[in-house]
Amino acid sequence: MKLRHLLSALCLCLLATLAQAGVNIQHWVAPSGVRVYFVENHDLPMLDVQIDFAAGTAYDPSGKPGAASLTQALLDLGAGDMDETAISNRLADLGALLSTNVDMDRASVSLRTLSAADKREPALDILRAVLVSPRFDDDIFVREQARAVASLKEALTRPESIASKNFWALMYPGHPYGVHAEPEKLAALKRTDLLDFYRSHFTAARAIVSIVGDIDRAQAEALVQKLSADLPKAEALPSLPAPTLPKAGEKRIAHPSAQAHLLLGLPTIRRGDPDFFPLLVGNYTLGGGGFVSRLMKEVREKRGYAYSVYSYIMPLAQPGPFQIGLQTKKAQVGDALKVTRQVLATFLAEGPSETELQAAKQNLVGSFPLRLDSNRKILDNVAAIGFYGLPLDYLDRYTEKVEQVSIADIKAAFARRVRPQNLVTLIVGAE
Amino acid sequence: MRELRRIGWWGTLLAALMAALSATPAAFANPYEKQLANGLRVIVKEDHRAPTAVHMVWYRAGSMDETNGTTGVAHLLEHMMFKGTPSIGAGEFSRLVAAAGGRDNAFTSKDFTAYFQQVPKQKLEQMIQLEADRMRHLNLDPKEFEQEIKVVMEERRLRTDDQPQARLFEQMGAVAFQAHPYRVPVIGWMNDLEAMTVQDARDWYERWYEPNNAFVVIVGDVDHDDVFRLAEKYYGPLAARPLPARKPQVEPTQTGTRRLTVKAPAELPVVVMAYKVPVVRDVEKDVDPYALEMLAAILDGHDAARFSRRLVREQRLAVSAGTGYDATSRGPGLFYLLGSPSEGKTPAELENGFRTEIARIVADGVSTEELARARAQLVANQTYKLDSMFAQAMEIGQLETSGVPYTANKRLIEKLQEVTAEQVQAAAKKYFVDDQLTVAELDPQPLPDTPRRRPAATRH
Repeated sequence: MKLRHLLSALCLCLLATLAQAGVNIQHWVAPSGVRVYFVENHDLPMLDVQIDFAAGTAYDPSGKPGAASLTQALLDLGAGDMDETAISNRLADLGALLSTNVDMDRASVSLRTLSAADKREPALDILRAVLVSPRFDDDIFVREQARAVASLKEALTRPESIASKNFWALMYPGHPYGVHAEPEKLAALKRTDLLDFYRSHFTAARAIVSIVGDIDRAQAEALVQKLSADLPKAEALPSLPAPTLPKAGEKRIAHPSAQAHLLLGLPTIRRGDPDFFPLLVGNYTLGGGGFVSRLMKEVREKRGYAYSVYSYIMPLAQPGPFQIGLQTKKAQVGDALKVTRQVLATFLAEGPSETELQAAKQNLVGSFPLRLDSNRKILDNVAAIGFYGLPLDYLDRYTEKVEQVSIADIKAAFARRVRPQNLVTLIVGAE
Repeated sequence: MRELRRIGWWGTLLAALMAALSATPAAFANPYEKQLANGLRVIVKEDHRAPTAVHMVWYRAGSMDETNGTTGVAHLLEHMMFKGTPSIGAGEFSRLVAAAGGRDNAFTSKDFTAYFQQVPKQKLEQMIQLEADRMRHLNLDPKEFEQEIKVVMEERRLRTDDQPQARLFEQMGAVAFQAHPYRVPVIGWMNDLEAMTVQDARDWYERWYEPNNAFVVIVGDVDHDDVFRLAEKYYGPLAARPLPARKPQVEPTQTGTRRLTVKAPAELPVVVMAYKVPVVRDVEKDVDPYALEMLAAILDGHDAARFSRRLVREQRLAVSAGTGYDATSRGPGLFYLLGSPSEGKTPAELENGFRTEIARIVADGVSTEELARARAQLVANQTYKLDSMFAQAMEIGQLETSGVPYTANKRLIEKLQEVTAEQVQAAAKKYFVDDQLTVAELDPQPLPDTPRRRPAATRH
């Protein structure tokens, strides 16, 4: 199956920040100390529960990159009195789905289950065990470590992975966001590193619970207490440091690929920064609006240089990147880079036109209902609001904030946040 | 019918390969259907959970309808469908969808080409108008074509040429099938793209883009009678036209194992074993495709299913091991066993591990517990999939293009539930035979040194 613009679809997801009037988010702090965000919805007989810990890869202990990911990978491979096979078999018998995910900031554990009590309660029991009594069996640790090393070595033969790893290192020199796992360091981790990481990071104080689906408030409160009462207790950890902006520069890495991968970017803003809306609306015109963006028109439509070309803003707990990306055959790297830089420079100088601004608002406001038309989407948005401490009325005010943005706001925000003297460029596979 | 399970980092690849073939049949509360006089079928499923709608147009024309020398034209035409009509300029289609607060995209598979928009429900009429317009009035401007064919070649470089596993599957398809057009990659061979002309695209459009070769699927917060009226208004005026005959192109019986190797920059070897198997042709009478679906679930339906538990976890023979099978497709079926050996293990050892697991099924069958587990997952998924309008629309479209009526979806689930342990064992015995097997191996090649360490000899 060939999607016409797969990558731009992915970017839309990244940009699909939170929106919807009429989602009633109930919020409370459980006796365990965990913060809870609950959306009651009885349309379908199912329930989604997600727990996000401040335990992403940025929290890897110094010199031990990979600890966060490997800890997460082992959570559901043995917990309490269940071995990995028992956990998986029981979940399958219930028709429940348990998944884990790690990004820079967050380690997430999600459960999707039918809401009937005879399915829901046993599924929640398994989720609880995974959260509060993971075993980190030595034998399984050895196996999963070897698999992770193999997987990482494989990834580091691929131009896109090489590009991503080196790009973040360029953007975030000396900062946790710039440190990525390396096979040797991953192979040197010990089981105790995982235990230490789990005990210090998987605490109630570092967690939020998001719930969407077919239960009521009393059931939700009981559920959260059950899941979180026995989480590890630990002293508070220092928060992530703020990054220092890199100096502009360009790095090239050879690769035998047919295409070169080009990335341009720099750290910009945290989640919740007031510059987010001007950057979001402006970026729609620059490279976020799929086929109607300037980058897409100039690089792809007019010149046929690339299948995928995009830009996005990814706010994180600490200032996350603004990023432009494209891939093009090696012979035309210079031309494609030149056009890309011109588009960016023109945009920084002039901002969008009035017509472009209106088009951006029309889409961002008009597409609002699409951002929350399933339990899954609601869950993703609620979890982000909770984890990043965004206001509870964030969704309600989203379209209003978009509407308020002016061309002057966009130019000022880009001038503040996307300075050419800090913009790094990475090219993997240039001739 | 089901996505690939548990295959680690190359899930994307196989998902891409198989997604076109996969659709889990659902329990529909209310599909409504109307056929227009021009032959266009309109299928509406009302879902009032949110004020949005998804609109899809499916054409029964995919890469399997292409001929030698113009492979990739189905997909190229999909790109050209965004390049304007006399009333809508090049690029305007996407601009109008965006202005409507919508998202649009399209996809081409071996079996079909489909276009979709997800929009706030008030904008559905405009989407129907836009799709009806390009069903008959596409411009196909030579200058637009010249740019777009370059984009498609970049797409091929990105998604096939630089993806070792994609190349492996492309080559394997070309070996497993010799007569049937499933041998050809959807994106097309590079040289065919290089030689493609705007006339090739025009011929394709004239041949297949007809209301009587298409159907429309709409899922969302809509009233079906309203939708039928809109469909009549916009699609109704397009006259039906005769379609060319489709040749059966039946694949001759394979009479011995085929093997191939692909070398590419990578770290891990990959082994793919593909057996020729049947797919659903008669929902009521068929047995084997359902048995094979359940077998796939038993081998690879969850983290402790047989392949993962034995090959990855217990024997540590593989870093990943999975299956791929889809019981619904227009063309012939393949059942894939695929994985990467652990460090220190060879592809031959992993192949042997796969064979041992199949031999155990043939000799000892499967347990009732394993079957019950697969059924439980099947049942729960019927509820989960209702969370996505898009997934519901996809399912209708994929069943229909594979020749299975979407109205049979409940029966498909029942048939899967009825599968017995004996049927699973019999299917394994019947189809997992060497004469029907193609084995493909990725032979990983080290990356050349980086420029800093490049020897001086390469200077000239």
